[in-house]
Amino acid sequence: MPAVRIKDHWREQRLFDQRSLACAAIIGLASIGLIVRLFVLQVSRHEYYADLSQGNRVRNEPIPAARGLILDRHGEVIAGNQPAYQLELVPEEVPDVDKTLANLVGLSLIRAEDVGEIERTIDSSRTFDSVPIRLRMSDEDVARFAVRRFEFPGLDIKTRQTRWYPHGDLAVHALGYVGAISEQDLKHIDRAAYAGTALIGKLGVESTFERELHGANGFRELLVNAQGRSVERQGAFIPTNLRTRAPTAGDDLMLTIDLTVQRVAESALAGHRGAVVALDPNNGDVIALVSLPGFDPTMFGRGITAAEYGTLQGDIDRPLFNRALRGTYPPGSTVKPVIALAGLTYHVVDPEAHRFCAGSYHLPGSSFIYREYHNEHHGAVNLDDAIARSCDVYFYGLANEIGVDRISTFMAPFGFGKPTGIDIGGEKAGILPSREWKEKVFSRPADRVWFPGETVSFGIGQGYLTVTPIELAHYASIVATRGRIWRPRLVSAWRDPRTGQVHPIAPVSEGEVPGVAADDWQRVVHGMIGVTQRGTAAAIGAHAAYVFAGKTGTAQVYTVARNEKYNASKINERLRDHSWFIAFAPADAPRIALAVLEENGGAGASAAAPIARKVLDAYLLDADGKVKPHS
Amino acid sequence: MIYEEVTAGSRTRRTLSGAARVLLELRIDGPLVVGLSLIAAYGLVVLYSASGQSLPTVLRTVARLLLGAIAMLLLARVNPNFLRRSTPWLYLGGCALLLVVAAIGHSGMGAQRWLDLGVFRFQPSELMKLAVPMMCAWYLHERPLPPTWSALAMLAVVILVPVALVAVQPDLGTAALIAIAGALVIVLAGLRLRFMLALLALGAAAAWFGWSFMHDYQRKRVLTFLNPQTDPLGAGYHIIQSQIAIGSGGVFGKGWMNGSQAQLEFLPERSTDFIFAVIGEEFGLLGLLLLLLLYVFVVGRAIYLATQTQDTYARLLAGSLGLTFFVYVFINAGMVTGLLPVVGVPLPLVSYGGSSVVTLLAGFGILMALYSRRKLVGS
Repeated sequence: MPAVRIKDHWREQRLFDQRSLACAAIIGLASIGLIVRLFVLQVSRHEYYADLSQGNRVRNEPIPAARGLILDRHGEVIAGNQPAYQLELVPEEVPDVDKTLANLVGLSLIRAEDVGEIERTIDSSRTFDSVPIRLRMSDEDVARFAVRRFEFPGLDIKTRQTRWYPHGDLAVHALGYVGAISEQDLKHIDRAAYAGTALIGKLGVESTFERELHGANGFRELLVNAQGRSVERQGAFIPTNLRTRAPTAGDDLMLTIDLTVQRVAESALAGHRGAVVALDPNNGDVIALVSLPGFDPTMFGRGITAAEYGTLQGDIDRPLFNRALRGTYPPGSTVKPVIALAGLTYHVVDPEAHRFCAGSYHLPGSSFIYREYHNEHHGAVNLDDAIARSCDVYFYGLANEIGVDRISTFMAPFGFGKPTGIDIGGEKAGILPSREWKEKVFSRPADRVWFPGETVSFGIGQGYLTVTPIELAHYASIVATRGRIWRPRLVSAWRDPRTGQVHPIAPVSEGEVPGVAADDWQRVVHGMIGVTQRGTAAAIGAHAAYVFAGKTGTAQVYTVARNEKYNASKINERLRDHSWFIAFAPADAPRIALAVLEENGGAGASAAAPIARKVLDAYLLDADGKVKPHS
Repeated sequence: MIYEEVTAGSRTRRTLSGAARVLLELRIDGPLVVGLSLIAAYGLVVLYSASGQSLPTVLRTVARLLLGAIAMLLLARVNPNFLRRSTPWLYLGGCALLLVVAAIGHSGMGAQRWLDLGVFRFQPSELMKLAVPMMCAWYLHERPLPPTWSALAMLAVVILVPVALVAVQPDLGTAALIAIAGALVIVLAGLRLRFMLALLALGAAAAWFGWSFMHDYQRKRVLTFLNPQTDPLGAGYHIIQSQIAIGSGGVFGKGWMNGSQAQLEFLPERSTDFIFAVIGEEFGLLGLLLLLLLYVFVVGRAIYLATQTQDTYARLLAGSLGLTFFVYVFINAGMVTGLLPVVGVPLPLVSYGGSSVVTLLAGFGILMALYSRRKLVGS
């Protein structure tokens, strides 16, 4: 039987006191634990939490910088900025979204088939955010909405800056365009620098000079609450330490393009596929850079639709293709001046000696016959005549005598086979063939050998040799200055929009063509002047106010069997020969050199040369038809 | 002059003793009332800021405080013997009300915690926060201490029945607080250390056992509960925001009504469960230390009063009431600072809402009654 326990009040009091003391000690320890925790949060890690708190309450709202303007050589704006209007809706301020959208459909401000998509966008947005529901409003749309505005609480027309090309598609292949920033772009730009910017340069000057044109975006710090809504005050206080940084506008770019000449060149070529590149041979300035057909760059900036893009892409005339920089074509007879120079420099040919042209050429030791274009018979021709009248037989023989190795070596300094280095991206190089080239490029051993017959074709710019229009213009400008080489450029200066100070960019000289005697230059130039006065382009050169040198070229697209005649009217328009013309003027002190290509234009003299004459006139003559003094 | 100064001094003394006489007559403990009043006043200042400068919120809290003060004054005048004798009836009545709530809640297809008495809503679980420790103290009053095994078994039933009824409401936070209030009585009664250790070991074993039988998703839930940082947008959002609030407050705080976390509503439950973080943000470390100091003073005073009472019932009940008060503070502060998992326990006398203010002050009224009539106890 267990011992009966009776209450011992004194002992129980002591037990309670002990327990109370223990509890008090535990309370003390717990309090110290709490205080240590508070010390860690509020003293040791205070800065960390202060940063987080600042990040919570302040949101950076970017202020996009104005994109730099692009001006032509006379200061005319080619690419500027213009406000675009868009309709925006703040969901919480609209009493009845469905009804509002229905009314907008009634005003044909939005399309009925877009309503579902707009409603989804509104549902996924915060109620206080302004949601764009219609982009690219025309002036007429804006006016239509403005009249009924009182019926649409919570709706407003907002403006944003968008790129504007006042001359439409003029010079589009030099300018490029701006479009929505793509995934691809995001890989190589600083996202922070583009916060608030929707557009980025694509192609041409807009892309290559993106850094200069973009400028630096500013920001505005906004106080926001936990829902992200911008608020004026925080509790009882209005914070004063919110920062704002103004954006810095992008630099303006001054182009070397002369819009007047550009416009003349484009209208002269209008309706055809082709390219015109005109250079100032004295510094490489690009006076005009045309590739037709073009496209309206504005539609990319305002947001191109899939249908519009599909149309551009599917167009058989390939308007998106920059023929001037990326189109490679055989140069045809336009290479004859440089072949002639090679013959003179290597002393292979006596310029005064006559060769007899009976319309065909037999390669020694071969059964092949090389025909004259259109089966002409030039009779006895010397070098000057051969250039002026573009005698193929003369150059077949000359090329064969110089040999492929020397031709190739001699032509390299004229820029054949490599990009000209123009200051915008996307340029493609043509091909300057040689024995080494052929060995490298072909895989079948039988193909890797250079055949003598290929040298013969080389002499009249057919076969493997290809050029881009800008390469050919570059070559023309080198001949024009008797050997001085300038790198082509589109941008001659940039202007700080704040100070207005213009910073010129020095032209880049790439030296001279080595080893060509002054007399030889003169002989070849004389032959080229002959082209425009008594030769293949005599009709075009007639009544010119200045003396100009030129050379026609016809590049074969469709290979005619050797025993067959080329008959332009019988073959498909797209298989007709490409028409080339290169020229520079005035011949003795050239101020402009150019290359004109008209795809499938037929003979150079009939299609490309008239365009060249118009461009030269536009650049050199004043309103009275007199040659402008050299500036 | 000197004479007059002495007179003035003696007059002050006379005034003071007059005030003391009033307190004595009201059966009220001066230091405790001062401590509680300071906490309540501090709480109102903070609440004005934390509620987004809402005067109605503050006025409603003042009304509750007054109601609690009246309950305290009335209970302080009750004879402890009467209190002790009526304890079983209070406890059984409370359990009956919990059953009624459970029944209504069941038929009403949802969680139900209160009875609508027309004039005001009454939560029987709040009553049990007082009734359970009272019942435990009553049970141990006549028995020799430390409690025997059979007494402990009986007490376990006394505690677990109402705890289970509250837990199924479901209100796990209150259930835990009721269990703690009862358990503290047993601890103060001299529960042997080895028993406590054994209980701890049993709990650990049960946890391990349960863990090994859980599915992955259940374990994940438990881990999120224990460490909310792993779920920053869900359970972790509260605690991350409250730590940012406290941490960014620094030593001196951002100033009254100028805490960005609280004022811009990044801090959830800013005027209720997380008001501790608002104090930390706006008044800094110093503000929190002041608050802790007041709490520790009140708890210390309550424990002192408990040691001065002269019978078992009074001692155990008074001690439990004081300690429970600290448990509330510690759980809330620990939760807000990220030391403890997030459970819905308000900061006593400062958090907005609920009938807990009335319960708390009623508890202090009982404590004062037990202390002020200590010489009459057992007579």
